Amino acid sequence: MNRTLTCIICPRGCTLTVTGEKGALTVTGNSCPKGEQYAVDECTHPVRTVTSVVRVYNREDTMVSVKTSSPIPKEHIFDVMNAIHAARVRAPIAAGTVILTDVYGADVVATKSVD
Amino acid sequence: MLTHDIVVVGGGPAGMAAAVAAYDAGVKDVVILDRDDALGGILRQCIHNGFGLHKLGRELTGPEYADVYRAEVEKRGIKTYCETTVTGLSHDRVVTAQCREGLLKIQAKAVILAMGCRERSRGALNIPGTRPAGVYSAGTAQKLMNCDGYHVGRRVVILGSGDIGLIMARRMSLEGAHVEAVCELMPYSGGLARNIVQCLEDYGIPLYLSTTVAEIHGRKRVEGVSIARVDEKRRIIEATRRYIPCDTLLLSCGLIPENELTRNAGISIDPITGGALVDENRETDVPGIFACGNVLQVHDLVDYVSEEAEIAGCAAAARVQKGDAGAAFVSTTPGNGVRYVLPQRVHTEGSEDVSLYLRVTQPFGKVRFTVSAGETVLATAVRLKAAPGEMEKITVKSEKLHGVTEPIKVSLEVMA
Amino acid sequence: MSHQKQKRQGFDYCKEVKSMYDVLIVGAGVVGGMLARQLSRYRLSVCLLEKGHDVALGASKANSGIVHGGYDPEPGTLKAKLNAEGVQKMYDTARELNVPCINNGSFVCAFGTKEEEETIRALYARGLENGIEGLSIISGDEARRREPELSKDVSLVLDVPNAGIVCPYELTIAAVGNAMDNGVELKLNCHVNSIKREDGIFTVTSEEGDVIQGRFLVNCAGCFSHQIARMAGDDSFTIIPRIGEYMLLDKNEGKRVSHTIFQVPTKEGKGILVTPTVDGNLLTGPNAAIAEFLENTKTTPEGLDIVGRLAAKSVPSINFRQVITSFAGIRSSEKNGDFIIRPANSVEGMLHVAAIDSPGLTASVAIADYAIDRLREMGLATVEDPTFNGHRADPHAFRKMSDEEKDAYIKEHPEFGRIICRCETVSEGEILQAIHSNPPARDVDGVKRRTRSGMGRCQGGFCLPYVMKLLKREHGVAMETITKKGKESKYVTGKM
Repeated sequence: MNRTLTCIICPRGCTLTVTGEKGALTVTGNSCPKGEQYAVDECTHPVRTVTSVVRVYNREDTMVSVKTSSPIPKEHIFDVMNAIHAARVRAPIAAGTVILTDVYGADVVATKSVD
Repeated sequence: MLTHDIVVVGGGPAGMAAAVAAYDAGVKDVVILDRDDALGGILRQCIHNGFGLHKLGRELTGPEYADVYRAEVEKRGIKTYCETTVTGLSHDRVVTAQCREGLLKIQAKAVILAMGCRERSRGALNIPGTRPAGVYSAGTAQKLMNCDGYHVGRRVVILGSGDIGLIMARRMSLEGAHVEAVCELMPYSGGLARNIVQCLEDYGIPLYLSTTVAEIHGRKRVEGVSIARVDEKRRIIEATRRYIPCDTLLLSCGLIPENELTRNAGISIDPITGGALVDENRETDVPGIFACGNVLQVHDLVDYVSEEAEIAGCAAAARVQKGDAGAAFVSTTPGNGVRYVLPQRVHTEGSEDVSLYLRVTQPFGKVRFTVSAGETVLATAVRLKAAPGEMEKITVKSEKLHGVTEPIKVSLEVMA
Repeated sequence: MSHQKQKRQGFDYCKEVKSMYDVLIVGAGVVGGMLARQLSRYRLSVCLLEKGHDVALGASKANSGIVHGGYDPEPGTLKAKLNAEGVQKMYDTARELNVPCINNGSFVCAFGTKEEEETIRALYARGLENGIEGLSIISGDEARRREPELSKDVSLVLDVPNAGIVCPYELTIAAVGNAMDNGVELKLNCHVNSIKREDGIFTVTSEEGDVIQGRFLVNCAGCFSHQIARMAGDDSFTIIPRIGEYMLLDKNEGKRVSHTIFQVPTKEGKGILVTPTVDGNLLTGPNAAIAEFLENTKTTPEGLDIVGRLAAKSVPSINFRQVITSFAGIRSSEKNGDFIIRPANSVEGMLHVAAIDSPGLTASVAIADYAIDRLREMGLATVEDPTFNGHRADPHAFRKMSDEEKDAYIKEHPEFGRIICRCETVSEGEILQAIHSNPPARDVDGVKRRTRSGMGRCQGGFCLPYVMKLLKREHGVAMETITKKGKESKYVTGKM
């Protein structure tokens, strides 16, 4: 393998180069250990944090923002979105409340409070 | 007339951080005025993650980042006037604001401006064509989707590759819309590299550089746009014009600091940043009035906004407690490859190190920045790459500044 | 004559309703609106039919907003007569209707050539012939003394002290609103598709299914007036739509000039002008081209380029980076070049008020009065209505208050304390007023034209969602039905 990536872990956006074979990948260009982990993950099983909103059904025109509690497999982004689309919550709801559990290995949690 | 030691105009990330810093520096009588119904500013609609890595050491979404600071504001009992719009600011720090209770007039000892910025509109871009519904600035679409819960379109073209545009490309894709293209007038993107990857590449959205929207079509709702490549003078190359059917055009073509109040108070504005001219304390040329965050210079990271606001908050507190910051200062100027440097003037006899923030004129590979005053080099910094979309920060040691009388220039040289 | 006058709030979509009126007016532009308002002085039942979703959507929406001095029209024409009569009537009516209208005066400039200077002298002579008072010819230097940003190339100037500026759509909204307050009925979304006359009664139907009857019919349909004429069986004229493009600049540029600056007129029009607006912006334009099709109001790069270049010829210092919006306006001309205000050919009871291009806005009150004289000749009996109130409450009263007055007013009316549009400082109270007064704002552009919300530097970027929510709440409709400008111009495409 010889792959060039832009790291998405932080805004610095390092250009990473990955060489070697699965199980023995070498990463260069990273400025921190997270970058190395990202490059390995990206070449073996890419993951992303998904953020969206869920409708608060007992408040007019109100949405609560949500995120996956940890990154989920990239290929399941739209599956997670389908689960989020189907969800409805009732206010009051506090930031941090788990709205959906175990969606492709992560929970979907509220990122803001709605009184 | 009410009186308060410090009045903070705007309760977004800059205003909250400034108020907290001022309070912690010992000025307890600080109030925040905000036009919206809650603190948080634009972060409330920025539901994506990526905030706080630099400042808080963890990755948060916009609302979470805002909540961190809101909790600090509440913990200190800092008084907040929401749904309160500041309509006037005088040279002698009388703040006029309007809210449902009436018209407020507050005499402040110091004022911190933290009004943020607005998006460049279609009118300011002067895009020819019809004037249908479906042309949104990216932030307006973001608010309608993320706060109010409405789809703004199904088939989208985005003009401008600023971060909000990139974030909205992903956001609309996630909500089932088809994003046809992101067009960028410049030969490079104005957004962060990570956003190109995770917002465009992840979703297979093409980014067309040196390309603009030449015409908007559709009488009632947008029916399509004509896009075309531009030459190096940004003139449309007619032969490349092509039509893309779509029902929505999002504009993400730059942010403009919202400085109406600033101008009315007689504060000088830097034509390049669009914000006030300030010293390293973020004090404007009207004594006792400070500015921080996107109203001062458009930041790409909220973390830097908070950092800048803390500088302003502490300095405003010092101003209330001790008075003037001292007279000896020199100006800063952008040199080769540098578009602007902030602060625009620096006190030379201070005891604190001074960080200079700057943006480069175009993308570069490896560069060395040199901060100099006449022949004297005050600081240097090497970066593996530099881009206009990413703000650079270079710190000058306080002792290096002592005795400097010539303007401080920051320039870059490209390294092999 | 029927006297079924009554105060009506709001408007209806009156499907299938047969109503009988003394006068039907087709077209709610400034001419139709002003005619309705002047007719509401009399004990008459009047219905104003408008195919759009709001008033002032044609030529009255987007033009230069100038009160022309009256030196330009050819002596002896209707334009010359009604322009001359119209200026003072405009100032008086604007005051009654509380429409901002400023007598700022205009300069017509020649740029050093003999022909242009000759034109200035000819315009002066023509102005005298038209009975315009106060005209004088001044040197370029004298003009620059009074208007320092004027180009150094300006050599000779016609000084027109009676000229002014007015907001054309606000004038129309005010006229229609005042007419409605005095009993005139407004039917929006009423696209007339047939006109029949039997036994002295017109029966008008619309695409939307309205059936409306009236004794007199006045055709004020602007660019569509020849189509209305043909529906009634009169093909005596054809409208040639022309389009003019404008650029509106930020208030930062609004003080470049205090006068309205014209260049010597050409065959195509009165030339590119540079003028402050009543709201404090700077307006430049229009170019003039034949519109490809009716209602074509798109801007073109070529058009905007011409506007920019020619405006800079008069006032070189204009900073075009301060453009906040550009737009195109349509105007209805006719080959003979004069207004057409006369009974229809072979259709009794029908009056045309057509081909009202410049100086139509200036002359609008005089046009309405002249049209009423013609209606009288055609047999309309006009008995004054003692209940007529020509005064319209000032929708901008709040913004004109002192800080102390505002404070007191907000304490009584808290909705005026909440600012919705930051750029133009428009409160929720002012928006609610626009939604609930005659003619009510139904859509976002309607709110914008009445309150200036969304008309400032950010062009609605911040206030749009708030205005949409107010429209939703006040009209009791779903967000998905809120439009920019009626029908299919919806903003949101669904609920998440």
